[in-house]
Amino acid sequence: MSDIVEKTLTALPGLFLQNQLTGGAAAAKAPFSSRLGGLVRGITALTSKHEEEKLIQQELSSLKVTVAAPTTTLKMMKECMVRLIYCEMLGYDASFGYIHAIKLAQQGNLLEKRVGYLAVSLFLHENHELLLLLVNTVVKDLQSTNLIEVCMALTVVSQIFPREMIPAVLPLIEDKLQHSKEIIRRKAVLALYKFHLIAPNQVQHIHIKFRKALCDRDVGVMAASLHIYLRMIKENSSSYKDLTGSFVTILKQVVGGKLPVDFNYHSVPAPWLQIQLLRILGLLGKDDQRTSELMYDVLDESLRRAELNHNVTYAILFECVHTIYSIYPKSELLEKAARCIGKFVLSPKINLKYLGLKALTYVIQQDPSLALQHQMTIIECLDHPDPIIKRETLELLYRITNAQNITVIVQKMLEYLHQSKEEYIIVNLVGKIAELAEKYAPDNAWFIQTMNAVFSVGGDVMQPDIPNNFLRLLAEGFDDETEDQQLRLYAVQSYLNLLDVENAFYPQRFLQVMSWVLGEYAYLLDKETPEEVIAKLYKLLMNSAISSETRAWLIAAVTKLMPQAHSSTIVETLIQEFTVSLDTCMRQHAFELKHLRENVELMKNVLPVDKSCEGMVVDASLSFLDGFVAEELNHGAAPYKPHHQRQEEKLAQEKVLNFEPYGLSFSSSGFTGRQSPAGISLGSDTSGNSAETGLKETNSLKLEGIKKLWGKEGYLPKKENTATDEVEAQPISQDSVIMENVDQIITKRDQPPALTQSKEEKAKQLLASSLFVGLGSESTINLLGKADTISHKFRRKPKVKEIKSGEITSAHTMASSSFNSLSNEEDYYLDTLQDRGDKELKKLSFNSELLDSESFTELHMVEKLSNCNLSASSLFADNNLEIFHPSQSTAVSVANEVSLASSLLEEPTEHMHSDLMEVCNNETISVSSYKIWKNDCLLMVWSVANKSGSELKNAMLEITSEENLKVTEQVECCLPIIEAESTKNFQCSVQMEQPFTEGILSGIINYQMMDSHSVQLEFSVALSLLDFIRPLKISTEDFGKLWLSFANDVKQNIKMSESQAALPSALKTLQQKLRLHIVDIIGNEGLLACQLLPSIPCLLHFRVHADGLALWFRSSCSTLPDYLLYQCQKVMGES
Amino acid sequence: MQFMLLFSRQGKLRLQKWYVPLSDKEKKKITRELVQTVLARKPKMCSFLEWRDLKIVYKRYASLYFCCAVEDQDNELITLEIIHRYVELLDKYFGSVCELDIIFNFEKAYFILDEFLLGGEVQETSKKNVLKAIEQADLLQEEAETPRSVLEEIGLT
Repeated sequence: MSDIVEKTLTALPGLFLQNQLTGGAAAAKAPFSSRLGGLVRGITALTSKHEEEKLIQQELSSLKVTVAAPTTTLKMMKECMVRLIYCEMLGYDASFGYIHAIKLAQQGNLLEKRVGYLAVSLFLHENHELLLLLVNTVVKDLQSTNLIEVCMALTVVSQIFPREMIPAVLPLIEDKLQHSKEIIRRKAVLALYKFHLIAPNQVQHIHIKFRKALCDRDVGVMAASLHIYLRMIKENSSSYKDLTGSFVTILKQVVGGKLPVDFNYHSVPAPWLQIQLLRILGLLGKDDQRTSELMYDVLDESLRRAELNHNVTYAILFECVHTIYSIYPKSELLEKAARCIGKFVLSPKINLKYLGLKALTYVIQQDPSLALQHQMTIIECLDHPDPIIKRETLELLYRITNAQNITVIVQKMLEYLHQSKEEYIIVNLVGKIAELAEKYAPDNAWFIQTMNAVFSVGGDVMQPDIPNNFLRLLAEGFDDETEDQQLRLYAVQSYLNLLDVENAFYPQRFLQVMSWVLGEYAYLLDKETPEEVIAKLYKLLMNSAISSETRAWLIAAVTKLMPQAHSSTIVETLIQEFTVSLDTCMRQHAFELKHLRENVELMKNVLPVDKSCEGMVVDASLSFLDGFVAEELNHGAAPYKPHHQRQEEKLAQEKVLNFEPYGLSFSSSGFTGRQSPAGISLGSDTSGNSAETGLKETNSLKLEGIKKLWGKEGYLPKKENTATDEVEAQPISQDSVIMENVDQIITKRDQPPALTQSKEEKAKQLLASSLFVGLGSESTINLLGKADTISHKFRRKPKVKEIKSGEITSAHTMASSSFNSLSNEEDYYLDTLQDRGDKELKKLSFNSELLDSESFTELHMVEKLSNCNLSASSLFADNNLEIFHPSQSTAVSVANEVSLASSLLEEPTEHMHSDLMEVCNNETISVSSYKIWKNDCLLMVWSVANKSGSELKNAMLEITSEENLKVTEQVECCLPIIEAESTKNFQCSVQMEQPFTEGILSGIINYQMMDSHSVQLEFSVALSLLDFIRPLKISTEDFGKLWLSFANDVKQNIKMSESQAALPSALKTLQQKLRLHIVDIIGNEGLLACQLLPSIPCLLHFRVHADGLALWFRSSCSTLPDYLLYQCQKVMGES
Repeated sequence: MQFMLLFSRQGKLRLQKWYVPLSDKEKKKITRELVQTVLARKPKMCSFLEWRDLKIVYKRYASLYFCCAVEDQDNELITLEIIHRYVELLDKYFGSVCELDIIFNFEKAYFILDEFLLGGEVQETSKKNVLKAIEQADLLQEEAETPRSVLEEIGLT
């Protein structure tokens, strides 16, 4: 058939002329679109783009007049719509017609409606605001007795429908599942599939009906239901294991040719159905021996039946192989699958070859012998003229890289990198090279040179964590100090050489790396003096091609080197140069440099040599500025608004129409939630404008292992421990000899004429031996098996720091020492220990009367957020930067004072509380406040201090709140007299009436001075949603029950780097920062619960997947999930 | 499937269907880049392309390129067959289809596509059923059309 098409289409130019003359078959079929015909012909006749533009603009303006004219009939409107679609396809804006498309769908007769619906589905996307206007039409058509109308409505719903209007049509569509016509049932199933994609909880209650659809007597309906099942099983396979038998039976029937012949495609029975079922089986059988056993037979049969030499059988075979390698392994099937892969790899058809390579990349870690089998083909593909094949080959090599073949493989990757221009490829490849280099680098020189290549090519497009990781590696070093110094020295020397090259261009990021390294480690140099290095940096600084960000890095390096230099004429000129710079940032740096130069002591403290890894004590809360801030506020300065609040306000301003049914929603836009082709994760740009901050960013690249897409963990036989030693003992020198040879040969190959055929062959053989070294059938498994664990040449040091904390109660000391002994390894252990530690603490606290066991054990996790002063929690600080709580001791003492001074107050110290913060003051009085996060409420404590030497009379404190806050239990706050230099305390509890992100509690204090004039001061305190969130301790069963009973939910995917998205760290962040209670952890999923005071529960289910987190909130309150999601995104973004 | 594009050898877009919500600007950018990349490929090269984080599957039929974007883990070969089945459907409907049929009757081509793929997933694989659905709708169309066009011819509208 396709031949016929080809022939017809090749005869096209001739046909075109004919068509013009005779009207042609095409034109005859569509008399009503003759105007479109005219337009199309008109455009074809034009020669230049400019003329086309003119014509279309003309057309559009005439269309604009026509569609707006009241005399235009619907029939004409339909015709206009077609032309509008055409204009928009050519890339011109026809948005004025959108509303008319909706009208046409609403008012037209059947065929006008059809075009109207089509235009709507082409013009609008599912978040378009006009789409809401379509809902009524859809509802009407769904209720129509005319089948075609129902079909059209269902078709449009399955493509685009506003998420928040789903309830309006859902019951109608559910009804359609029982419709007598299969086409209606089929479309209804697909509409529900669409709903499942955009709002899964809304269709959850009809799962039972999906099962009915799966058993539908019509094949089309059943096939449509598989889309839903595939999606649901992908999300959670364990709940659908009971359906395995059904899927197997269906597949058996399909493979056995039991379906109507209509479904055959090139005499293959229902290939789409087969592939869908194979995918489902692969997901169900993953890591599950019992389920897998159910499907061995049918897989075998599928393999056997797919023998026809047609593309579509290869498609099925490919899926079969995929499934066989995904499920619990069976050796017999694996053998057959491996043979199948062989067929693909060796096929002369390029598409099949590509898929063969793709299959190999997936299975290679399970079965490295396959790579050996096909090594010659792989070598050939490495030089294939089609870059896609080449790239896939490199991907394959990337997965078999080990310490022995790294140099050759990386060299091949670099060659490819130099030829590529597409940014996405460069970013991707550069990341891989950097990863391999960190893992397997054979020596310092190679490592630095490779990274130089990475930085020069990847330059400013690569992920920012590559340079960050590299710098961290250099800074943290490894176990061997001399080795570290050599590596650093080598890096310094190599950069100095690079900077000596005349007219060389380096990307900004590379220059930033260089300047950091030179600044930190130039002291290791013997020959070159710091002055020389400074001179080089200065030269760069004066280069006009340097970005201001890089300049900041450069000047930071100069600042670091300055104390080491003896004479500093260059520094002086530099300071002079930049103190008058127009760039304020540079000016600032220059001033800093100048001041540091004048104060040698300070300089040594601020910039110690080779101490980049030592934590520096930083007053993170900037408490020394509090006085200044308060003063400014008093003078009428606007209070500081946090970033998100500003954004919120901006958002509120920008949004003209709010289509969300409730409050402000930060989630749910389909743009972010769903994958889009442009959704390349760009990563956060973390490059700070100083070297220090740049370094502290610890976005780590995928350092651990290579992602396994196919296959089962633990499939690799693990008995090879005995063989390990032998392999290790294999003389590496031999390999390196081979590699050298290969290198020579490769360089020779660059001089083509001299080489004969046989030599080329030999070269390939040699290349093969160097590429596949370490993959030998015996040595392979353990080499690959433990590759990820052993040979990380540049291994990270554990990050957790010892805790130095003086003022801990005895119970704390015991607890924390038990932590220390156990938790000195990695974050991961820390997390697993948290629970244990939790219990331990509980036990301890029972003994110790010092602690209120309930509130303490639960809340001590909530550390950073609250600056709490329970020192045990600093254990969980995973930063190098230790946060210093300046007001810790003062807060405690104040709190004590408070409890002594006022008997009204419950002992506040047993709860977590914030630092004491001054909210307003003048020369006589000062009001401070702090928050106590009690289990059942938020308690605000106000302390009014009389600073003056005389007493104040009739002082009165009044707290008012925004509408969504409620202040209760306000104690007597009228004081007839405040004595000189004394402090009085008040407290009130605050409840949140309605969820919000940030609220303001404001107050007024009134008093009379001795000379009897009255003074009034105003103050305000910001409260956040998190102040009202408490952990909710429930069991998994309760969680399940609650989950089902809640109607409001929000689902969102957050993209994250792999290391961030690891379950333990994500859990930790949520637990600590959001005060969520971890209910249960099942596999890669976690259940968490919290409540909004007084008692609105909110549940969170979250799952870790390859590139992020899938979050799913549910609550009885409609707005809470949105707000929590927002907080969650915020803390996850920060971590 | 994320989207489907049909374009001519000259790079003119003939049909576009987006199954993911994107802004017009993004659509234009993607179309421009893809058309360029695909047209630059030599005939003997592989029908698959890695492009950003997507897999592009394309096939040329005479002067028309059919181009689909799927996710990386999707089966490329069956996507190729989806394209082919669509061409078969067009061919059957128009009776040996050519590019002009699609240019002048692109709305029909869209109707056929919507009966075959819905929301980015294969809706119906039986050729007979797809065409039946289209014909039913067309039949109504003609019924509605005939009296009108007669009226129109005698100038009553």
